[in-house]
Amino acid sequence: MKKIWIIALKELRSFFDSLTAYILIVVFLGLSGFFTWLFGSDIFFVGQASLQSFFSVAYWTLFFFTPALTMRMLVEENKTGTIELLLTKAVTDWDVILGKFLACLMLIGVALLLTLPYYISVWALGPIDHGAVWCGYLGLILMSMAYISIGLFASSVTNNQIVSFLLSLFIGVFFLIIFNVLSSNFTGIIGEILSYLSLSTHFDSISRGVIDSKDVIFFLSITVFGLILAESSLSKRNIVE
Amino acid sequence: MSIVVENLTKQYGPQKAVDEISFQVNTGEILGFLGPNGAGKTTTMKIITCFMAPSAGDVKINNLSIHSNPDEIKKKIGYLPENNPLYYDMPVLEYLDFVGKLQGIENNKIQDKIVEMVHVCGLNEEKHKKIGELSKGYRQRVGLAQAMIHDPEILILDEPTTGLDPNQIIEIRKLIRHIGKEKTVILSTHILPEVEATCDRILIINKGKIVADGTPETLRKQAQGNEVLRVQISDSDNKDNLISTLQSLDSVQMVDPVTDHNGTFLIQSKPGTSSRRTIFNMCVQKKWVLTEMTPIETKLEDIFRELTTD
Repeated sequence: MKKIWIIALKELRSFFDSLTAYILIVVFLGLSGFFTWLFGSDIFFVGQASLQSFFSVAYWTLFFFTPALTMRMLVEENKTGTIELLLTKAVTDWDVILGKFLACLMLIGVALLLTLPYYISVWALGPIDHGAVWCGYLGLILMSMAYISIGLFASSVTNNQIVSFLLSLFIGVFFLIIFNVLSSNFTGIIGEILSYLSLSTHFDSISRGVIDSKDVIFFLSITVFGLILAESSLSKRNIVE
Repeated sequence: MSIVVENLTKQYGPQKAVDEISFQVNTGEILGFLGPNGAGKTTTMKIITCFMAPSAGDVKINNLSIHSNPDEIKKKIGYLPENNPLYYDMPVLEYLDFVGKLQGIENNKIQDKIVEMVHVCGLNEEKHKKIGELSKGYRQRVGLAQAMIHDPEILILDEPTTGLDPNQIIEIRKLIRHIGKEKTVILSTHILPEVEATCDRILIINKGKIVADGTPETLRKQAQGNEVLRVQISDSDNKDNLISTLQSLDSVQMVDPVTDHNGTFLIQSKPGTSSRRTIFNMCVQKKWVLTEMTPIETKLEDIFRELTTD
């Protein structure tokens, strides 16, 4: 557990050292701020004090934001060979994967913390449903966890950052849109499965303030599954033929 | 802390990178791991350091197996991989701090350890720079510093002196010899003088198999066979007479005049005998002046070539 924390802190520090963190946070805040406050069906048109429009923007921005964080995670280590140095220290493959996962999650956490002024502003404007806001944030964090684990897996299977970025977007877009679209084309059990696999089904209900264990389990299982795949892809060097 | 390698095999597809090798390294021994490119040196080291699992066989470090106790073993090993991969965007001190913490050094001791390593590896002037800004020699020192920071009992160095200038090479060798007094060191290289200068024992590996194992002296003796002397005798006009006299000595097998050098001969003795004394006595007897007598040693290069070419 301590090793995971050491690795996470190192990764987080290298995000901030390399400007990645600042650029991504600025882009994230800029995009979500623009669409929440200025453009289109923004927060003032809804007629009620709610952060719903922010959550639906963040739902999209995080989709692009997370792969940009995770794309270099294992690619860089594999390419430069530092993975060998890291794994011959007293750490396990899981320590490395979880450390990197935690670092990404913390950075997204920082980005989300910086949107708290939105919450406070809206609160000042009118009576806000606090429960719904906190649930919305919880939903965003759960969704980020799923994206991060997909991104880590994508970054563990290739030696190229661009491939890693595109691969995680590709996997992500299934959960984001494709399953949702397909589910309306099918009926019966297939339709239900596809609808269950769609992120929006689960995210919408959480961001409305309804926390159902089935939604939480959905996000957590994508996370766990992604991390297991990433770990096995990292440890495939041990496979005995 | 001893390392015992038992029937280690690593297979990549149809190719056997390491083929059933077994050897043992004892505490205080510096083992030179020699072999041509692709002989399996790096693979063996990766297995000993628990980076990769072998296809078959086992490595035991103080009776701990790499299969069942990788975490314990990793703590005891300091490893400098080939090409010295490092995080180029990290400052030296921060990097050493990170490695030290990963290796389980307690927080209150870590500063002392870092200071010690910076001193030992001569990093003082460069310690605040990012690793990517350092020259290759300094990066190599950072590599050594990270390998030794937790005071490991075993050091495994994969080509530790590549890319260093001659002064640095000598310093690093001195450092390795110094460390090797109390610790077990395995170092791989294909610079042969380096092995002679630093190692107590040599292991030559070719195509995944061990082809020679021993101290530089025993290897040389094995390869050489008979004693060969280079002898120069002046004050003798009659060359043929000289040759026939030399040839008549009991222990001499063959006399071979060296062209271009008048009065110089290569004299090979019969197996197991030495002709130095008899040649000297003969010269005294005949009042010839012996101006040179040098034993010709087989060079490590020759041994290496002989063992690793088909």
